[in-house]
Amino acid sequence: MENFTPVASAAGGMLIGLAAALLWLGLGRIAGISGIVGGILPIRRREAAWRLAFLAGLLAAPLLLGVAAGYSAPAPAIGSADLLAVAGLLVGFGTRLGSGCTSGHGVCGIARLSPRSLVATAVFMVTAAATVFLVRHVIGA
Amino acid sequence: MRALFAAFASGLVFGLGIIVSGMVDPTKVLAFLDVAGDWDPSLAFVMGGAIPVAAAGFMLARRRQRPVCDGRFLEPSKTGIDGRLILGAVLFGAGWGLAGYCPAPALVASVSGQAGTLVFVAAMLAGMVVFDLYQRLLSGSRR
Repeated sequence: MENFTPVASAAGGMLIGLAAALLWLGLGRIAGISGIVGGILPIRRREAAWRLAFLAGLLAAPLLLGVAAGYSAPAPAIGSADLLAVAGLLVGFGTRLGSGCTSGHGVCGIARLSPRSLVATAVFMVTAAATVFLVRHVIGA
Repeated sequence: MRALFAAFASGLVFGLGIIVSGMVDPTKVLAFLDVAGDWDPSLAFVMGGAIPVAAAGFMLARRRQRPVCDGRFLEPSKTGIDGRLILGAVLFGAGWGLAGYCPAPALVASVSGQAGTLVFVAAMLAGMVVFDLYQRLLSGSRR
């Protein structure tokens, strides 16, 4: 439990909630990252500008911290490029099929008390935990 | 212009939140998901911090006819619970559990340029494009 960081995690979570509130009050748009990214991929002119501006801000966070404080993101948790590619495909396709990820369903949807998002969040949390269990305690052992 | 600035500011605050909260570290994410192992419950506090603040924002918005910088609130159009929602969440959960990355943290971490993160992000973007092609194939028309 030495890595337990409840205060930093709650503070970071509040920033995420603040960002979602800002986007809804300012633009009337949901801060769902998979929707924002997926919505600009086959370039659609409508709705593209604010999405690009949001993504520029998102990427500016680590860039600014990098310049100001030498910040560099932690390394990937797994070494296999093949597994990372499979995981990326699943996350990309799955979040679009299910219309949301941890931010759109997990934060915004639950904050709006959307039954759809509550179900989606429960399903992806349980599936993710089951996947880790399978990889670490059944296959990996 | 004001709307774009607000969107940029929201993205920036969101990105800082991803970093400060620890979501950006896939090892920590996997430790949160590993309930049968050396469980690190920290990331439950991310949702615990994010949801009430976001909910306060959504409640404040109810008093307004329209958002500050736009003509209308764009409510999510889908409300039903269907097979696509469940299957999508299952696929996403499997990928999240394999690598410890969900979309925002992967994008934020990709700025540091580590090969594994870039592989994940490239595959995630490819997965989204594949979904779009699949969608068009199903509907037989452009959206």
